Amino acid sequence: MRDFIKRYEGLYLFSRSPAVIIAAIVGLAIIIGAVFAPWIAPVNPYDLSSFSLMDGLLPPVWEEFGTERFLLGTDDQGRDMISSILYGARLSLIIGVSAMIIATVLGVGLGLAAGYFGGRFDAVVMRIADIQLALPAILTALLIDGIARGILPPEVQEDVRVAVLTIAIALSLWVNFARTARASTFVQMNKEYVQAAVMQGQHPIRVMFVHILPNILGPLLVIMTVDLASAILLEATLSFLGIGLPADSPSLGTLIRIGMQFLLSGEWWILWIPTLFLVALVVSINVVGDFLRDVFNPRLR
Amino acid sequence: MLRVENLTVKFPSRFGDVTAVEDMVMSIDVGEIHGLVGESGAGKSTVGAAIIGLLQKPGYVADGDMMLGDTDLRRLDRFEAHALRGKRISMIFQDPQTSLNPLMRIEDQLIETILAHEDISVADARTRAVDLLDEMGIENAAARMQSYPHQFSGGMRQRVVIALALCTNPELIIADEPTTALDVAVQSQVLDLIRRLADVRKVGFMLITHDIGVIAQIADTVTVMRHGKMIENGPTAQVLGQPKEDYTKQLMAAVPPLDRKIARFKVPDEDGIITPSEARGNAAEAWLMRGIKEDPIGLTLDQVNVAFPGVRTSLWKKPDPYVALRDISFDVKPGTVVGIVGESGSGKSTLAKTLTGLIKPVSGTMTMGGAPLPGGRERARNHPSRQLIQMVFQDPFSSLNSRHRIGAILAEPLWLYGLETDKDARRKLCIDMLSLVGMPPEAIDKYPHQFSGGQRQRIAVARALLARPKVLICDEPTSALDVSIQAQLLNLLKGLQAAFGLTVVFISHNLSVVRQMADDVVVLRNGKIREVGASETVYTTPTADYTKRLLALTPVMPAAWRA
Repeated sequence: MRDFIKRYEGLYLFSRSPAVIIAAIVGLAIIIGAVFAPWIAPVNPYDLSSFSLMDGLLPPVWEEFGTERFLLGTDDQGRDMISSILYGARLSLIIGVSAMIIATVLGVGLGLAAGYFGGRFDAVVMRIADIQLALPAILTALLIDGIARGILPPEVQEDVRVAVLTIAIALSLWVNFARTARASTFVQMNKEYVQAAVMQGQHPIRVMFVHILPNILGPLLVIMTVDLASAILLEATLSFLGIGLPADSPSLGTLIRIGMQFLLSGEWWILWIPTLFLVALVVSINVVGDFLRDVFNPRLR
Repeated sequence: MLRVENLTVKFPSRFGDVTAVEDMVMSIDVGEIHGLVGESGAGKSTVGAAIIGLLQKPGYVADGDMMLGDTDLRRLDRFEAHALRGKRISMIFQDPQTSLNPLMRIEDQLIETILAHEDISVADARTRAVDLLDEMGIENAAARMQSYPHQFSGGMRQRVVIALALCTNPELIIADEPTTALDVAVQSQVLDLIRRLADVRKVGFMLITHDIGVIAQIADTVTVMRHGKMIENGPTAQVLGQPKEDYTKQLMAAVPPLDRKIARFKVPDEDGIITPSEARGNAAEAWLMRGIKEDPIGLTLDQVNVAFPGVRTSLWKKPDPYVALRDISFDVKPGTVVGIVGESGSGKSTLAKTLTGLIKPVSGTMTMGGAPLPGGRERARNHPSRQLIQMVFQDPFSSLNSRHRIGAILAEPLWLYGLETDKDARRKLCIDMLSLVGMPPEAIDKYPHQFSGGQRQRIAVARALLARPKVLICDEPTSALDVSIQAQLLNLLKGLQAAFGLTVVFISHNLSVVRQMADDVVVLRNGKIREVGASETVYTTPTADYTKRLLALTPVMPAAWRA
């Protein structure tokens, strides 16, 4: 038992923190729901033939006039809210996760190299990072969007909206990774195991990725979870402002934007249910991320 | 004055209480220096912390009596204990860098402490502070007092810490490794100061240290501890001179003497270290023999200068470079051990890094076996010296990648230099090499954190050997280790050096350790060579003043105490 606890310290701490357990369950439920949306959702909200205007603006089942056919009600088009939300969360997660992965690869690669080589390369990368930090995500998204519109033929432009959004979000997040990776690399560079590898004549790529990277994974993992939440929020913000996804393939942000129109008209569920869903997703990811930070950073324990 | 009986300290953990100190008995008289020795983890510092009432939470005193004069230290409540700390018992910490507040002038720190315990005017407190610093041997104390801690050198800072401890005239001072962070010259000054304070001011000292030489030099009485238990106590000459207990005898036998070379230290079989048997390690030995034995290789340094960019003081002027090594020339004869000694800041580690190609010298030439040895980045990644020169580092806790298994760490040089292409053969050779350095074969699938410092240092030696080197550079390989582990590692290095005819550059600040290893010695100071010669000559008839002083100041045990 004693060895088991020592070995799986993280699991032990997990079992002792109810807030983290709840967050993990909620987060996992949302993610599973989103991933399996095509099988779970009652209807396909992208399929125009699956809903009719006749069902428009029906309230959730527990309200007056609610029907069991639409558990969380419908929007003005008569689309089932549950299905919209599940499909929307699916899109939000796809964009969030891929943006996070692109940002990780880009940021960690550049930060690691900057920390390893130092000097001029470091200065150039970090100044680029500073410039990036000065640009709001919306501006970056507009820029990428504009470039995409300029280069690509009009018929594919709608299809690449997801990719454009993902790249824009990734570009505004990579700086976090680069800074953390660079700072941690500086610390590791003074460790003797790195000097041993350099001294033996190992290739810089190998020293960076085989020797240093595993030793700086802890803080990076924490940023990954926190930035996943930011990526989802950023996507929602951009979609809310209308730069993101169009209304016919709604993400959570688009759903909230549509719901805004009904904020004061009594049909509260169209705005509040997707909003609560987004909040639950982001909060649970952040709680799990904070927990991971505590586990990976023994000094905070 | 201080009487401790049956002191037991426990630390509660999730798995029940851990006993850190058990049945400790000790007494210190007025003006007595009582040494507390033991290896790391023996519970020395815990005893000191329990007496002054600063046990780290959640530790607690489970049993025993602690009396300071008529005061029962265990009966004090929080406020009484607070009033007593500093007033009657003070403490000197190991690292003078961190035990002073870097943002406060020395003057303010001293006056604050005096005023906290005595009801006198600020002017009187300042006068007392000046007198104290004067007494500590700080010249021009009134002016120096205006400085911040970083403006003092290490030794001066430790004097200030001692002045702080003394400023309320305590009866007892607990000094926890007060000289460990200091160079020998400074160490001897601080020790003299402690001795004088005990004699003149009649302050009782509890001197906690792992350095038996220091105890031998100034302690009146001594307690030897191991695993939280008292092993032996009594007058220093008796305990260290005619030890009764086996452990004390072993400890004394493991201390390297300054005045002679011991072929092999007598060390007890330590847990986890196996003696290389006939069956194991043979393959590794044969493998090494094939590569090394036939012709050992030497190193030559000629007028090597190393400089780092200096601190910029003006926007337009280029800063003067900081010269770390100046005109370094010496030979390392093939198959011999050259010791490099010097105090901190003398450029020892810079020299090691220059030899291994981590730092580029600004001028001078290095050759290895007659062939030129380029420095820094000019040395190609596939230069033969990358394989032939290997290094054992100082800190066993950072020299092995903590995310890699021992097997991966050891196989790396074999794979990198193409010495062994078959994966299974590599693994077999690694296991054999582990046996050769005295580690069990199971170690290969473990991670570095599962081993103690001494075991890790053995693994580091195995890694170096698996490159089939001809030159081994050891940078302070034993300074992070306890004395008995140090003796084991020295035995191992001596054995390997003799068996394989390795050329070794052995760097250490500890003259006694270098004496045990080196055929020739280079004495470094401030980046310059002070003396070079055969180690016999340098140690018995040193010519340079600096070497003489260094030898005289190193704490040694009286010859009569030798086992």
